[in-house]
Amino acid sequence: MPADTSTTSTIVLVGHGMVGQRFLEALAERGLTATHRVVVLCEEPRPAYDRVQLTSYFSGRTPEDLSLTDLAFIEEHGIELHLGDPAESVDREARTVTARSGLVVGYDVLVLATGSYPFVPPVPNKDAEGCFVYRTIEDLLAIEEYARRSTTGAVVGGGLLGLEAAGALKGLGLTSHIVEFAPRLMPVQVDEGGGAALLRTIEEMGLTVHTGVGTQEIVVGEDGAVTGMKLSDGSELATDLVVFSAGVRPRDQLARDCGLTVGERGGITVDEQCRTVTDPHVFAIGECALAADGRVYGLVAPGYEQAETAAAAIAGDASAFTGADLSTKLKLLGVDVASFGDAHGAAEDCLDVVYSDSRAGLYKKLVIGRDGRLRGGILVGDAEAYGTLKAFTGSVPPVSPESLVLPAGAGAPVQLGPSALPDDAIICSCNNVRKGTIREAVTEHRCTTVPEVKKCTKAGTTCGSCVKVLGQLINAELEASGVEVDKGLCACFSQTREELYEIVLALRITSHRELLDRYGREEARGGDGCEVCKPTVGSIVASLAPAIGASTYVLDGEQAALQDTNDHFLANLQRNGSYSVVPRIPGGEIAPEKLIVIGEIARDFGLYTKITGGQRIDMFGARVEQLPSIWARLVDAGFESGHAYGKSLRTVKSCVGQTWCRYGVQDSVRMAIDLELRYRGLRSPHKLKSAVSGCQRECAEAQSKDFGVIATANGWNLYVGGNGGATPRHADLLAQDLSDAELIRLIDRFLMFYIRTADRLERTSTWLERVPGGLDHVRDVVVHDSLGICDELESLMAAHVSHYRDEWAETINDPEKLARFVSFVNAPDTPDPVVAFVPERDQIKPDLPLLSIGLRPADDVLEGSAQR
Amino acid sequence: MTLALETTTGLTVQLRLADDWFEVCGLDRLIPGRGVAALLPDGRQAAVFTDRAGRLYAIDNRDPFTGAAVLSRGLTGTHQGRPFVASPLLKQRFDLETGRCLDDDTVQVRTYEVKAA
Repeated sequence: MPADTSTTSTIVLVGHGMVGQRFLEALAERGLTATHRVVVLCEEPRPAYDRVQLTSYFSGRTPEDLSLTDLAFIEEHGIELHLGDPAESVDREARTVTARSGLVVGYDVLVLATGSYPFVPPVPNKDAEGCFVYRTIEDLLAIEEYARRSTTGAVVGGGLLGLEAAGALKGLGLTSHIVEFAPRLMPVQVDEGGGAALLRTIEEMGLTVHTGVGTQEIVVGEDGAVTGMKLSDGSELATDLVVFSAGVRPRDQLARDCGLTVGERGGITVDEQCRTVTDPHVFAIGECALAADGRVYGLVAPGYEQAETAAAAIAGDASAFTGADLSTKLKLLGVDVASFGDAHGAAEDCLDVVYSDSRAGLYKKLVIGRDGRLRGGILVGDAEAYGTLKAFTGSVPPVSPESLVLPAGAGAPVQLGPSALPDDAIICSCNNVRKGTIREAVTEHRCTTVPEVKKCTKAGTTCGSCVKVLGQLINAELEASGVEVDKGLCACFSQTREELYEIVLALRITSHRELLDRYGREEARGGDGCEVCKPTVGSIVASLAPAIGASTYVLDGEQAALQDTNDHFLANLQRNGSYSVVPRIPGGEIAPEKLIVIGEIARDFGLYTKITGGQRIDMFGARVEQLPSIWARLVDAGFESGHAYGKSLRTVKSCVGQTWCRYGVQDSVRMAIDLELRYRGLRSPHKLKSAVSGCQRECAEAQSKDFGVIATANGWNLYVGGNGGATPRHADLLAQDLSDAELIRLIDRFLMFYIRTADRLERTSTWLERVPGGLDHVRDVVVHDSLGICDELESLMAAHVSHYRDEWAETINDPEKLARFVSFVNAPDTPDPVVAFVPERDQIKPDLPLLSIGLRPADDVLEGSAQR
Repeated sequence: MTLALETTTGLTVQLRLADDWFEVCGLDRLIPGRGVAALLPDGRQAAVFTDRAGRLYAIDNRDPFTGAAVLSRGLTGTHQGRPFVASPLLKQRFDLETGRCLDDDTVQVRTYEVKAA
């Protein structure tokens, strides 16, 4: 191809990783995409994605979820993005870049963002079949594929990525080993004490750690595939798969080949504007660049800053990259690890404040200068205070350092809120967003929620570790600016659903009327409540019934009047006023005899039948007075209510699992039935759906459920907060490799905590996104019992389980309740004439002529319906 | 519940149709906050309610937004001191005394005079 000869000047970007994408955004923000031709050469087959979150692929995020590239952005700015076509050579004389495909592009400015490559120690057989690195989505796909025929995996390198890789292998069902040459895990980030706390927690998860040993040789079998590794202490470790994660090296070959200066230990040498010291037309940013302070930065935040700097320099604006903070906060295998500032106390005259509880896997160290300034620190096991502490680095904290590291409950834990921070404190270090900017987003740009502020400032959009602080800042700012946010449930109650739950539980109030008269808004007391608070209170009372001494039957006494129509008639109201009926079919397993009963009932009552998405059968078109006779036959045949009408547990889907499927590793059907029977009838803020898959193939689609269970070779993985519907959300992994008892205990706690704290009609997916601290907080509460409420949550669930009664069996044996199941109070035997049906595809469908032609001839009084 | 029962013995709920009072049911069939449907001689349907103070209300049972005869199955409440019922289908609220839809000014349902006697 000929070199480009157009007259507009051209910017060529080599590499489309996270830093490359940020560079493109910075160009667009500065208007450079409008004045320049921008060409991007990308080696990987997909555009920029979130490499920081790479491992989350194994907990269900798809490559699409990880993508950072909005193709509309690329298109809108006329960026020419060439995927799978890496740059192969640069001719600096002619100012051209040649790509693998033969494409030659002329440039006025060349920006190298080639990133880094994984370092693989030069041991024999390092390239054997079964050896991998951990860097790209393609690497992960290959590991996942190979792991299917492996039982053991070893990771070389106990750093950050190494631990993630080991966790991922374990998640894939392998016995996992970590081999680290240094005497402790994460040697760069943590000190000896932190390493010990980390080691204990990691080993408790069932990973085997070998520290202080090097890898000498990869052992291969006759077929050339990995069978083990020889270690420097003379021992041999049997393994089917090896992942090298022993650090990265700047990818500077392209620069070397065209004569650009590189550092002694690699990295393209650049000045403070990120311009190469050799050629003013060439820039280098990100992990391939050796910055002006003599360091190569392997973190994304400094890379972003370099991207901004280079874009500014190209635009002719003043900007400089002189060095960056290496603070990190990570969630490794569920363990918080954070280090910030001068974490190792390298400066002279530093004093350490250390709190260590290795039994609980906690280690916290603060480095304080003689002058009282906070210089840095390390947090392992609990990094709650990270955001605040990091922002205070370099200043004297307003409270004593000890009080900042002591755990809640020991002594006087100090809650140092983010409101104490100065305006120029950096809240989001990935995107370099200061507290002042976040405050302005609220005060100037009228943002009122975390998602709005994220969009406005980019804070919290990369690693997410600052989102909690973000939420606190927004609320503080809203309150300070006098914005009255009425968080009340409805016009009758100024409390949230969560607050009402606490009142009901603490004071054992079983009546909506009493609650309204004592705790309602002044003007609502003595009234009848409304269609929002009545079902909400009804649901709270039903969830807590055994614990507060209320009836566990939702049609008892005042409770009956609180229920939405579906719960009142224990069936689902359909558009023409008829109801549908769904008996429970636990786990979707049903014997032929019972199938026949359902068929006979549907035939005898002329009902329309359809298989539901939850593996059961829905019968439509029942008139209200038919419900008791339909249910009398269903109950007689051994069916019970499916609660399809309730804000309660719907179904627990399952695949056939180990019993029949050649891939299954656990009995998913039995577990699904157990779960469905355990949680049936549990009233909650919204409906609850669940599923159990018998292997990683996930045929039951558990990751789209409120709580989903996937079998592993060692037990069960529990996912929470998934959703299908209009706003699909992949569930998050809450815990791995649980035994049956551990699984059920954890679900008990999770559901009860959700019921306790969620808003009305808030599914677990939105709840998980909304609660401060998100998944981490929920995990702290239900796994680590950080609030000390797990015993209570478990006993509330135990009470529900032991008091469960089938509502329909109860109802058909109660003549007073049955009397309500009539179309007309004054003509109990007359069916509602509005409910009519016409045939369709061998079944019935509602006849709905009502709005167009009206039904009753006597309808001459104008009722003013606009719909007529 | 007890409120309603105390006042009910022997009393019936009656709707005014033209010049006559039409007997619907015993007062004890009404639960505060819930309605019942009555079939009227001309084929219309009425939805009859009582609130916690024992006041009675009756409106047309037909939900004008869907055409289904379901208003008696909605939940009642108090909005700015006035009684209403929310349709169980699409949740529009209707003032129980005037029949006016609180969520759409152009829509109104018929009301009936009602008494316990």
